[in-house]
Amino acid sequence: MPTPNLQHVEMHLLLEGVFQMYGHDFRDYAEASLHRRLNKWLAESRFPGFSEAQGPVLRDPAVFQTLLKGLTVHVTEMFRDPLAFKALREEVIPHLRTYPFLKVWVAGCATGEEAYSLAILLEEEGFKDRYRIYATDIDPEVLTQAKAGIYPLKELQKFTQNYQKAGGKAAFSDYYAASFDLAMLEPRLRERMVFATHNLAVDANFGEMNLVLCRNVLIYFKPNLKARVLELLDASLAPGGFLCLGQKESLDTTPWQKGYQEIAPRSRVYRKRYE
Amino acid sequence: MNKSTTPPWQAVVVGVSMGGLEALKRLLSALPADFPIPILVVQHMDPQSGDGLATILDAFCPIRVKEADAGEQPLAGTVYLAPANYHLLVEPDGCLALSIDPPVNYARPSVDVLFETAAEAHGSKLVGLLLTGAGSDGSRGLRTIQQRGGHTLVQDPTEALAESMPRSALELLKPDAILSLEEMAPRLLDLAQYSPPKGLKPTRLP
Ligand SMILES: C[S@@+](CC[C@H](N)C(=O)[O-])C[C@H]1O[C@@H](n2cnc3c(N)ncnc32)[C@H](O)[C@@H]1O
Repeated sequence: MPTPNLQHVEMHLLLEGVFQMYGHDFRDYAEASLHRRLNKWLAESRFPGFSEAQGPVLRDPAVFQTLLKGLTVHVTEMFRDPLAFKALREEVIPHLRTYPFLKVWVAGCATGEEAYSLAILLEEEGFKDRYRIYATDIDPEVLTQAKAGIYPLKELQKFTQNYQKAGGKAAFSDYYAASFDLAMLEPRLRERMVFATHNLAVDANFGEMNLVLCRNVLIYFKPNLKARVLELLDASLAPGGFLCLGQKESLDTTPWQKGYQEIAPRSRVYRKRYE
Repeated sequence: MNKSTTPPWQAVVVGVSMGGLEALKRLLSALPADFPIPILVVQHMDPQSGDGLATILDAFCPIRVKEADAGEQPLAGTVYLAPANYHLLVEPDGCLALSIDPPVNYARPSVDVLFETAAEAHGSKLVGLLLTGAGSDGSRGLRTIQQRGGHTLVQDPTEALAESMPRSALELLKPDAILSLEEMAPRLLDLAQYSPPKGLKPTRLP
């Protein structure tokens, strides 16, 4: 037996406790990046070690909230991977246009940039009030930011470039108002959005979506959790619906490969087959 | 290869930045297709640069070069490149992982992230190479590799296209060797106790 790594044992016990106390299940997250974030959280906390942190985390929800914040990665952008949004616009929208009403789920939406990107895309493609976007994340704090739709102005240059590369049809500046160092997205973009907490590791499916985006979330999961989430996404998607994963996530070599067709090689946009 | 000649190394990790394409071409093309240790590489690059680098190097080198996929088990005879805009990490079980965690040392992928997680996973069974580059990414990671008993090699800054990355590592640690790029591949073959298959020209693994 390899010598046990004390830190790994302590981390494992902490995550087990967190699951039992709060229902948040990080036990099947990919370990290398999780351990880095745990260590960063510990270094910035007042605790000398994970064993010392365990009591306070389990007893005090406020301390747990700091841990939750430290453990989740909220990095995102508007129109991140512009070519994926271009593929959505050019290859997926033509199919969806025929639907009387469109239900879209953005799973793991972080601070909301991806959901607003879709709202802009759907507006430009003429969906007007014929859609609803459900934007969910495990972390209630990012959802508050997502609802506000206010982002640092310095990010907007990148967002604008992405928007243009993604085949944007208008001037991106039409979609926000700048004030000091902040950019406020047009409130109308949010009218057809619903924000809710949803934990992909433990919560139930969403039902009958036509388009599901779950990007850069599965890379953080170990194979068994990834499988659980794919099953959930699959169960939430109507036949003929579309699933959009991150650039480095795929259905290849998973049991779902057969039930889906990738719309273009390596686009990571999959169409669910009719039975 | 029989058991007694199996090298103790589980992976070779390489960090490189400015001047990297040329350096990687020279280093990797000098390795045989059946090089017995998996090689993991972080080359700093523009977030939007796509997977062109892997394609170029794969065409240029006898050894197989590909972009790393999340969850894959690294194999001998293969070089895994961190994809643009993702960190490349090594899981405790040796499998590869990717993340979009914030940049480290202004870089994503970051050399420190690869080196530190690889050191955590492989301990003393790791070889770390730091090559040409601007900035100081990789120094801390290389020190971690050394602290865990791994083997550390740094490109001689005086011959590197950009000297600050190797130089800043040398300020932090004394590596096992400071080598020219030319000497790196022979050194790796040596460490791997590589002897070409008799009578056979090495060919690419499937
Ligand atoms: C790296 S961000 C990706 C954001 C966005 N989808 C993108 O690609 O730009 C990952 C998000 O997944 C969320 N997340 C992590 N685990 C989750 C879970 N079990 N259920 C739901 N969301 C989760 C995190 O809170 C974070 O906001």
